Amino acid sequence: MSQSAVVKTRESKPPSPWKPARPPKKLNNPNAVLSLNGRWGFLFTAPFFVMFLIFGLAPIIFSIVIAFFNYDALGTQEFIGTANFTELFADTRFWNALVNTVDIWLLSTIPMLIMSIGLAAVLHNPALRGSTFFRTILLVPNITSVLAIAIVFGQLFGRDFGMVNIIIGALGFEHVDFIQGTTSSHIAIASMIVWRWTGYNALIFLAAMLAIPGELYESASLDGAGKWKQFIYVTLPSLRNTITFVLIVGTIGGLQVFAEPLILGGSYNGGDSGQFSTLTLFLFEQAFVAYKWGYAAAIGIMITVIVAIVSVINFYITRKLAGDGK
Amino acid sequence: MSQTEIQEQTRPKQNKKPRWQRMGVLGYVSLGIVTFLSIFPFYWMFIVASNGTDEISKIPPTLLPGPRFFTVISNVYEVLPQFNQALLNTVYVGTVVALAQVFFSAIAGFAFAKLNFKGQKFMVLFVILTMMLPSQLGIIPLFILISQMGLMDSLGALIIPALVTAFGVFWMRQVIDAQVPNELLEAASIDGAGVFRAYWSIVLPIIAQSSFVLGLFSFLATWNDFLWPLLVLNTPENFTAQVAVNQLKSSYAIDYALNMGGAFLSTAPLLVLFIFVGRRLVRGVMDGAVKG
Repeated sequence: MSQSAVVKTRESKPPSPWKPARPPKKLNNPNAVLSLNGRWGFLFTAPFFVMFLIFGLAPIIFSIVIAFFNYDALGTQEFIGTANFTELFADTRFWNALVNTVDIWLLSTIPMLIMSIGLAAVLHNPALRGSTFFRTILLVPNITSVLAIAIVFGQLFGRDFGMVNIIIGALGFEHVDFIQGTTSSHIAIASMIVWRWTGYNALIFLAAMLAIPGELYESASLDGAGKWKQFIYVTLPSLRNTITFVLIVGTIGGLQVFAEPLILGGSYNGGDSGQFSTLTLFLFEQAFVAYKWGYAAAIGIMITVIVAIVSVINFYITRKLAGDGK
Repeated sequence: MSQTEIQEQTRPKQNKKPRWQRMGVLGYVSLGIVTFLSIFPFYWMFIVASNGTDEISKIPPTLLPGPRFFTVISNVYEVLPQFNQALLNTVYVGTVVALAQVFFSAIAGFAFAKLNFKGQKFMVLFVILTMMLPSQLGIIPLFILISQMGLMDSLGALIIPALVTAFGVFWMRQVIDAQVPNELLEAASIDGAGVFRAYWSIVLPIIAQSSFVLGLFSFLATWNDFLWPLLVLNTPENFTAQVAVNQLKSSYAIDYALNMGGAFLSTAPLLVLFIFVGRRLVRGVMDGAVKG
């Protein structure tokens, strides 16, 4: 719509007698309102750029620099080349944290994706009553602080009197010490993430589903497709970009998970044997407990690299999977 | 929008087989379960806080509110008398950050969406790329910077780095691009309005709703931010709600009632706020979704 509007205004605008007409290709912003003086754009964006340079970009560049230094809180500043990275690759805590992070990420992302698409499909049903109410309820977990929720979940997953173990016990099984086990602690952490993000992502998927043209469903049902087939052949392929988006955002967040394990364990070490230490938690431990700032900066760079690699892989896999069209 | 909704609502009735009768039960059951799971942690927070730790530590546990709520809450204030101060600090920081983010994001978003200036494409790309970077990447230098600025252990350490975010700028750019027609701005400038006038009297009224939503999200994010305040704040007078709740955690071994009492106090204001603004937040999330 804005595209056509732009074309219209450009045609109806009389050529300026003062300036030679500029070919539209040279515009920095093809959607701009040309009668407004564009130079003010520098002023309007200046606060953002100044603040961002000081508190965003400069710290990042400085981080990249000190990753090549032996740099600590006491004032040691010694260039050591790639020694931090060499040390990191030989550090079992790093690999342990990486495995934990990926495990928690998989345990949370896959159920969350399936459940949020399913929920969105239920909410998409036009005959649903009280849909505003349900939509609003879905967002409640997302506005709550991780701290408050980790306290509640920590109690619910408690070994002796946690609700989860009481249910497990009532079903005739042995109590599980969720916090002490590796996989079990990952499940506890993943459940917090799933609880927090499923509803939010369901709303994202719902918005995408509402944007699918109704004719697609009508012609599918004329062809004899039932509800399930409509979902597989119409809804899912139309959600391709949205799934990619949710996965990439989920990956960026999921590979940086730290608040849940930090609160669950009560310290930066991620459990007594580091069974739920994550990459970012490891970074914070090195930065604010061990005060090895150069080493921590190297961890930060590795997190960035891993996030970038996984995001690119995600992007291509979802493209391929959904792009096969079906 | 509302018209199509009405049509959608009435369509099943015109068919002889209403869709909600065919698959409604399963749908309502799953929504019921989700509603229960979404609310339960809050209910449980209150149950534990009102029963005390001993009552909860037995099988089967109490599932109903108990009589000790005010005892537990007064315990919270005994352990940390500054808890109210912490709540006030959080409201203050959240409000300032929200207002600043809306203001700076709106003007930058306006420039990116509607003005033509040099280097713009690069700048927009730059904004998008920065959103992808892990926020922990620069946390150590930021920590050093804040301490050198003399902001350590002050609310300024929370406010100043958060005044504007790449996400906010990007979001406002999308909003202004989608909601403000170019014709209106053209017409205003033909009538002699400059950039400021056009922004003030045309753009601002149109984006008021979306700005409010952005402000709410900033407020919530600030309220719930945990690690950074924990790193930079030391004295209880300067605590935010999250740091205060965390302080309860480290004061005793595991006093669930005390912890949940604190968690309840720090969450209740948000839930009350949510009753009033929940629908707008839902619309904001859905408007910002990637469609198709």
